[in-house]
Amino acid sequence: MRLVIPLEELSDDRKGSGGGKAWALSRMIREGFPVPGGVVVPVEAYRRYVDLTGAGEMIMMELNRKPFASMRWEEMWDAALRIRNLFLKTPIPPELELELAETFDRRFGVVPVAVRSSAPGEDSEGSSFAGLHESFVNIRGTRDIIENIRLVWASLWSDAALLYRKELGLDPAKSSMAVVIQELVEGERSGVAFSQNFTDPTTSLIESVWGLNQGLVDGTVSPDRWLLDRKSGSVLKHTPAERKKAVRSSRGGTSLENLPRALRDRPPLGPGEVGKVYGLAMKAEKWFGKPQDVEWTLRGNSIFTLQSRPVTTGVKKDERSWNLSLRRSFENLKALRKRIEGDLIPSLIREAENLSKHSLSELEEIKLAEVLEDRSAAVEKWTRVYWDEFIPFAHGARLFGQIYNDRIKPEDPFSFIDILRPEKMAGTERNSRLEKIAKDIRQNRELKEELEKIESGLPSVVGEVFIRKAVKELGSDSALILPGREQEMALARLLLEISGRTAPQKTRPGKPKDLEGKFLSSFQDEERQLAVDLLDLARASYRLRDEDNIYLGRVERLRDEALAEGMARLSAREGAILERYSATEVIKALKDTNYVPSPEIGDKPSESEERSFRVSPRQITGQPAGQGLAKGKARVIRGKNDLFSFRSGEILVCDAIDPNMTFVVPLASGIVERRGGMLVHGAIIAREYGLACVTGVPDATELIETGDELTVDGYLGIVVIHRKD
Amino acid sequence: MKDADLFVEITKILRSQKLGVLGTCGTAGPFCSLVGFSFEKDLSHLFFSTPRSTRKYANLAECGKAALLVDNRMNRPEDLHDAQAVTVTGTVRELKDPERERAEKIHIERHPYLAGFSSSPTTAIFSLEVDEYSLVSRFQNVMIMRVKR
Repeated sequence: MRLVIPLEELSDDRKGSGGGKAWALSRMIREGFPVPGGVVVPVEAYRRYVDLTGAGEMIMMELNRKPFASMRWEEMWDAALRIRNLFLKTPIPPELELELAETFDRRFGVVPVAVRSSAPGEDSEGSSFAGLHESFVNIRGTRDIIENIRLVWASLWSDAALLYRKELGLDPAKSSMAVVIQELVEGERSGVAFSQNFTDPTTSLIESVWGLNQGLVDGTVSPDRWLLDRKSGSVLKHTPAERKKAVRSSRGGTSLENLPRALRDRPPLGPGEVGKVYGLAMKAEKWFGKPQDVEWTLRGNSIFTLQSRPVTTGVKKDERSWNLSLRRSFENLKALRKRIEGDLIPSLIREAENLSKHSLSELEEIKLAEVLEDRSAAVEKWTRVYWDEFIPFAHGARLFGQIYNDRIKPEDPFSFIDILRPEKMAGTERNSRLEKIAKDIRQNRELKEELEKIESGLPSVVGEVFIRKAVKELGSDSALILPGREQEMALARLLLEISGRTAPQKTRPGKPKDLEGKFLSSFQDEERQLAVDLLDLARASYRLRDEDNIYLGRVERLRDEALAEGMARLSAREGAILERYSATEVIKALKDTNYVPSPEIGDKPSESEERSFRVSPRQITGQPAGQGLAKGKARVIRGKNDLFSFRSGEILVCDAIDPNMTFVVPLASGIVERRGGMLVHGAIIAREYGLACVTGVPDATELIETGDELTVDGYLGIVVIHRKD
Repeated sequence: MKDADLFVEITKILRSQKLGVLGTCGTAGPFCSLVGFSFEKDLSHLFFSTPRSTRKYANLAECGKAALLVDNRMNRPEDLHDAQAVTVTGTVRELKDPERERAEKIHIERHPYLAGFSSSPTTAIFSLEVDEYSLVSRFQNVMIMRVKR
């Protein structure tokens, strides 16, 4: 089996081996299309690499921690990062490298090339991985070509590609990747042409940018667009772009440059050239027998075909574009940061302040209903913003992680998080205040006794005054508000528990400077500033993962307070403690004294069939999200009361850590979370306190019971349940 | 995994394999032996046969407890994430007629080639009364199914 095949020699029966892109290029070369010369490294080379190095099984183990279909996108991100790091750290075995190197030396020497993905089944009418797998442009010399082949192979497992395969229901175990290496044609103008427009079959579509195609493909440069009559090729409409940037070759790759003023007012294609590109696309369609999506570049007056693939008809465009949006570019992330820091967070804080102006106990019922309405609406609105804006910004940290790993190739693919950790976090700040209050109790025996009275439901003026003062000191972020009358008892219990600990939990020391220096010094000259900017962006992204939760929690707390007040009023009206109602029901009942609210109905567990077996979990796996080993009793959080009952040394088991929970983290010896991901709030706060943490444990809160003895292995991502039946 | 799913999954693995590894222990020390096994449909009991002159017989007679490992590995790297293993633990007892006759029938139905071996007067047929099944899948996931008695 040859591991390098010249493009023109890839026969039709080897399509599965060279991938769709290589096969199409090969056919076009043989048919006399102007195609830059090159070779294909077939899927057999990829398979030999993953077999010889054991990487294949490591990938499968990574992806089989839980059923592929039940992995969250954040977990896919994490898995993709680990797999990419695996490729970065696993060199091509010498016997394989020798074979590749010999051919590359002879064929390319130091001529710049493009190293491009060509996965079998990558481009068909029903699916299009365009832009999901990676390609690298302007690579010189055998060593760099081989290095980039590994990166193209790794991109088979990128988050976006994994998600797309999940949507299409493709089996990742069967995925493999061929790589095309082509001489680079440095076109002055480039673009894509659809012989048949996918939204209107009577038209053809041409898009073009100044410079290389990369900018168009990854969405950083907007193209001029021509709509043509498919039959005649006459231009129906030209939509000029705001031409500001172009991607050009630069040392060791490409860079996004400002477009010279003179070119900003000129469309990349003249009228005759539009016709030339249209002719190329129609010729490709005629040859392949199906409408084609052709990538091309113009150097001088010569047009080159870079690739041709069928226009996808069965692909849900929105799905792929969402996957692609995961790859928010640096520029997009910068704009998002500006919006979040400059507008959204200040608005969120302002709204929380405005909403908190009312003294609830003094409001009439109608007015209270309005306040509850406003606060519920605010929670709904900001939760939406949270998903649409704050969560995508988390990709800033991931983008940094990928670049950091590419440069440093660390053993732990998540070691970059240590550089991103800020000096202070809002959640840990609040916990420091809590710790300070607990210290006062620790040093004052009489005060402790008064609080014990409160905890047991006995009256104590001193205790009540202290608790009220504590709530004030904890501030508006405290999230320590319980609806109803249990507030004082619950807080007294929590404060006594914190004060009773012998060794207060300390947050980890600040970020290690040496890692940052090592990272930045791996860049030279003008690239260094870009690295500094990226690090700054990533830190903002990481910090926001904590702060957005805290601020959103503030609005949620306001809603809960109003709801609690509403419930209290309704209970007083009825003369009895009522069941829990939803905000909507409480609002209706406050507005209309005749309205009878119906209580919230939770999911009742179905009556389990009497069987002759008893099933229980013994060991469950998730992702290792905080290194450490913890043993202790489980405290499963199903409601706020569970939090206030938290005992020092217990293991926090929850569906997803939210800002209303982080105050018990200093009491916890470990964390188990159903929601998966290395950058979820639970993982971040666990890292801050150096706690063993496992995230992404399916059904954690159903499989584990409060009181179960647990071992949390934060190195391996394993939770052992030592239940004695 | 739901209770019923686990029952089905364990049954599938037991059905897919003819042999398992029997772990025994006695004063002679721990020992492992490959044995052909069969089982009741309700998974309450497993059966296997052994000559009385063997080390496993001595261990079984002495200890009365045993473990049987049944797995579907294929001796490929993929086994690490793909293979499932069931460890069955419980109390062993050498069967006498009429129990032996019934168990032998179930056993030979599954292993017709063991007919001569099982009916030999020097061969003992054991039942393993199951306390617990422990299913390992996805490399490190472990679920337990205990028999209610």
